Amino acid sequence: MAHEPFIARGFRRRSPETAEAHRLPPGQYETKDFPVLSAGPTPRTPLSSWDFTIRDVDGRSARWSWDAFQALPRDTPTVDIHCVTKWSKFGTKWEGVSVDTLLAAAASEGVASGPFLLASCDGGYTTNLSLADVTGGKAWVVFGHDGAALPPEHGGPARLLVPHLYFWKSAKWVRGLEFLRSDRPGFWEQLGYHGRGDPWREQRYHGDP
Amino acid sequence: MAIPEAGAPPRLEWRVARVVAVRDETPRARTLVLEVPQWPGHRAGQHVDVRLVAEDGYQAQRSYSIASPPEDGTVALTVERLDDGEVSPYLVGELRPGDGLEVRGPIGGYFVWHVAVGGPLLLVAGGSGIVPLMAMLRHHALADTSVRAAVPVRVLYSARTPEDVIYQAELERLAAPPLLEVVLTFTRAAPPGWTGYHRRIDRAMLEAVSWPPSAAPHAFVCGPTPLVESVATLLLELGHAASRVWTERFGPTG
Repeated sequence: MAHEPFIARGFRRRSPETAEAHRLPPGQYETKDFPVLSAGPTPRTPLSSWDFTIRDVDGRSARWSWDAFQALPRDTPTVDIHCVTKWSKFGTKWEGVSVDTLLAAAASEGVASGPFLLASCDGGYTTNLSLADVTGGKAWVVFGHDGAALPPEHGGPARLLVPHLYFWKSAKWVRGLEFLRSDRPGFWEQLGYHGRGDPWREQRYHGDP
Repeated sequence: MAIPEAGAPPRLEWRVARVVAVRDETPRARTLVLEVPQWPGHRAGQHVDVRLVAEDGYQAQRSYSIASPPEDGTVALTVERLDDGEVSPYLVGELRPGDGLEVRGPIGGYFVWHVAVGGPLLLVAGGSGIVPLMAMLRHHALADTSVRAAVPVRVLYSARTPEDVIYQAELERLAAPPLLEVVLTFTRAAPPGWTGYHRRIDRAMLEAVSWPPSAAPHAFVCGPTPLVESVATLLLELGHAASRVWTERFGPTG
């Protein structure tokens, strides 16, 4: 902020300062719950009709059925997540496939890379990401949470997990990634939310630093 | 889902609002009426971020739905107190007229309704989930009679007990069946002699209160996650289109 923040008369911290405080980005608070936020009803896609597609700008694509996707090498990341609505949750446990693995497999099938991606989902949700934000061990497509199948309200059968960005980037019910030549805002990004969404820079809304 | 209005919105700056009035709605919920300098206006259903900074620099932020209609020059927030919370006890218990409060907004461009979008309008609330829906009801109430007559509204509001009903007197005043119907259900204690619903919202209740899918109502559902998940799923099972169901899920925010 360019100017001094306004002091709220009589406001004091009520939560004890914890050793974990350094894990909280600015303006966030820790929750032990796992809140759910979505704009519409929860879609329910049967696994028999689920697939995952990576497409390049020329329309070449790589596609996995649910079974083929399950056969890919897996990771089990444990990460902190940060929602733009202010809650953060520490140490969440996931199981899924690294986006690095997916992009390498797609490249081997002739899918050309690009500097930006748009994730698309059942229900029509989209979100944009840069290639740099989903490669180098920073992003996954996950289908397991806390040792069980990912429940529909939390994005199952599979969701994106990009924990270093606000959680709206970790698109629920994800079905594909499309390479783009230039950045194109997704659903919330067109509705006033930040294009990148780095919680440590508090990039919540359009125009934030 | 369709995106209503694209385009780059202006940057959201923190502004120091002035509390011009406070109003107790229930033993746990209070409305704060704010004058926000250079408020750009809002749409019914949007929310604001509130930031509290303590003397020692400690900060806390939360999001609160706007209860006032776009037609008001002021911004009204209705906040429910959570005893183990940090921000809500301050907003409900400490803040008084004349105090300043940092806000930025309006935020959220999807869970919004304007009378020009039309109806019928089905509003389903659980607990303090009534707040953004109240902005829609108040906006509807301020429309021209002829416009209003073309947009019938039904409200289904689930509260734990009678004393948890926010805006009760105003809801009773606004109710004008068949154009505007308000249906309450109590999940714990009902008032003495109550003959209405006394259970959680279920399929039979939704089917009885809502219009049939053929009427293609715009359904806005707001409340705790389990209620919203259940109601949105039931609406789809009853045959309503997913594109006609807007949801806002929140756990209580302290």
